[in-house]
Amino acid sequence: MQKFVLSVLVENKFGVLTRVAGLFSARGYNIGSLAVGETEDPGISRMTIVVEADEKILEQIKKQLNKLIDVLRVQDLTGGEHVGRELILIKVKAEDIKAREKIVQVVDSTGGEIVDIGKKALTVEESGDEHRIRALIELLRPYGILEIVRTGKIAMQSEA
Amino acid sequence: MAKLTGAEILIRSLKEEGVTHVFGYPGGAIIPLTDKLYGEKSLIFHLTRHEQGAAHAADGYARATGKTGVCIATSGPGATNLVTGIATAHMDSIPMVAITGQVKSALIGNDAFQEADMVGITRPITKHNYLVKDVRDLARVVKEAFHIASTGRPGPVLIDLPVDVQLQEAEFKYPKTVALKGYKPTYKGHIGQIKKIAKAIQKSKRPVIYAGGGIIHSGADKELARFARKANIPVTMTLMGLGGFPGDDPLSLGMLGMHGTAYANHAVQASDLLIAIGARFDDRVTGRVDAFAPDAVVVHVDIDPASVSKNVRVDIPVIGDATEILKELNKLVKKGDYIEWHEMIAGWKRELPLKYQEDDRLRPQYVVEQLYELTKDKDVIIATEVGQNQMWAAQHFTYTRPRTWLSSGGLGTMGYGLPAAIGAQIGKPDSIVFDIAGDGSIQMNIQELALAVMEKIPVKIIILNNGYLGMVRQWQELFYDKRYAFTVLSEDNCTMCPDFVKLAESYGAKGIRVNKKADVKKALKAALKEQGPVIVDFIVEREENVFPMVPAGESISNMLHGLA
Ligand SMILES: Cc1ncc(C[n+]2csc(CCOP(=O)(O)OP(=O)(O)O)c2C)c(N)n1
Ligand SMILES: [Mg+2]
Repeated sequence: MQKFVLSVLVENKFGVLTRVAGLFSARGYNIGSLAVGETEDPGISRMTIVVEADEKILEQIKKQLNKLIDVLRVQDLTGGEHVGRELILIKVKAEDIKAREKIVQVVDSTGGEIVDIGKKALTVEESGDEHRIRALIELLRPYGILEIVRTGKIAMQSEA
Repeated sequence: MAKLTGAEILIRSLKEEGVTHVFGYPGGAIIPLTDKLYGEKSLIFHLTRHEQGAAHAADGYARATGKTGVCIATSGPGATNLVTGIATAHMDSIPMVAITGQVKSALIGNDAFQEADMVGITRPITKHNYLVKDVRDLARVVKEAFHIASTGRPGPVLIDLPVDVQLQEAEFKYPKTVALKGYKPTYKGHIGQIKKIAKAIQKSKRPVIYAGGGIIHSGADKELARFARKANIPVTMTLMGLGGFPGDDPLSLGMLGMHGTAYANHAVQASDLLIAIGARFDDRVTGRVDAFAPDAVVVHVDIDPASVSKNVRVDIPVIGDATEILKELNKLVKKGDYIEWHEMIAGWKRELPLKYQEDDRLRPQYVVEQLYELTKDKDVIIATEVGQNQMWAAQHFTYTRPRTWLSSGGLGTMGYGLPAAIGAQIGKPDSIVFDIAGDGSIQMNIQELALAVMEKIPVKIIILNNGYLGMVRQWQELFYDKRYAFTVLSEDNCTMCPDFVKLAESYGAKGIRVNKKADVKKALKAALKEQGPVIVDFIVEREENVFPMVPAGESISNMLHGLA
């Protein structure tokens, strides 16, 4: 099993998300993450889907996606150059001053941002590639992570 | 421009699509439509007695005629009753448009009376589906629905139409074209790939053509026959492909797979080139996949890219329409001989023919065989139910033309045959239409006999009455120690449950019972003469089995022969 990144252009129509999600569940394919949003053309949305599959299943996933009437194009970004980003919010325990200071340092050094300050916790925002996100999570883990929210990856093919 | 209601727009659109028959059942959420259909002379509504019957009748109509079948139901239970019929059509790639009433737009999502989320329910069993919320979209949606249903790899499309939209008014203009950016089936095959097939044929010593339902859908039977005869390659067919190549041609191997002929399965297993056309390597065909056609270079011609390399590794894929591709291929293929190969196959045909015990007992295979003998010069269509009856109908009747064999292959839906036969008869009034049935299956949609009687649709039902859910009983006999759990349909205290002759009569149809082998021909002749619908109840050997048989999951080389 390997992770693949698919970029899927779909008609921005009622029900299109269920068609795609339903296809994955009906055929037993694994979705790692799925992010949807409008493109420059409001009639068209782009889904970035991270799937876990082997090569043979990936082929089937691409073909089955292409069969959906509302799917306009399926692009496999895995092999080629692409920019991938994800946004994450991490709520981390920060009950005493010392912990707070350390967390602030960590966040500064990674380029993240503290977006909410509570009495007992801080919320950290970070966006970046998988690497960066994973690194931040690991750095914050010792302080006690209370909650994580992730958008799922969005990706775009690089300009040649 | 004068405005029309949604119901009127739908009817006008159906007429634009050339629809002349619809099958359906009324209800509150579809009254505006059925009201406008009332009295229509050129668009006839056939009242089935169950919505499942309507879907299968539309399906049978489509399979027999090649046109898109249309069924109509009300919201909620009416619509959910269509589901099995839609799924049946989906699995067998049958062009169908299903129209369902829906609760008022404003009530959708409120758990309103007779509300069911049909777009949600049918998403995985339709090629596409629509909920029409604005009457101004309706004509376009119908146009798209028929286009999607009938092109590429065909399939069912559902249109869910809220009752208020049927009453809203809009100007009617039927679009001439569709604009579907995400749907462009490929018809022309890649010429480089087609050349590769021709080369592979030249290299091959033991080629076999494996033809599926795609031949029928594409109308490729003539090109297939030209191809096979020119290249001199034997042809085996799937259950869905029967009639796609003449079964009485010396090159025909009959059906392959679980209940295929021994010579078809042996030929596939020994082949060095397997040319699959419009077939999808279903598990009932391949048996154990990694032992399937082990020495063959595999060619796969199919209009659906997702069918290629799904189950079996393919060496030469060609995406496109079977007719188009065969036309190109026929320009390239040279005359072949394959003398040794044909001798080998002739040997298998001699040693391992389809057979059954020929004694004085009334055996189901004999009934089917006699039916063939009596009707082979006539324009006959055979629909079937599911189970042993279906397999005997596939094995012992010889299909020589496309669209004369109507059977639920992919889903294996009991109850398919009778409504499908009725739909076929409506589409093909000059054909003689039979439903070869089991005593179990026929009870699943027997109510449609009322439609046949009322509309004088002379379908002929041949029940191979073995008192069992025979196919399941066969598995229990062979693999479950003869524990006939819940497969017994008639026993001492209920030998005729029901009495099919009386049942036929209660509907106003003719009923004939046959207990003896000697009476088979006479009864079949009587059925042929009958002007209206008729049931012939053949009380056959109770524990007859279908052979050959490949146990599920085994290599198709490992056939059980029963009599050998
Ligand atoms: C709707 C449905 N339910 C259950 C089955 C499973 N099944 C397959 S064959 C069969 C037996 C059919 O019995 P009958 O119609 O009498 O045919 P026979 O095999 O006896 O010829 C059953 C129950 C099915 N295919 N379809
Ligand atoms: Mg039976």
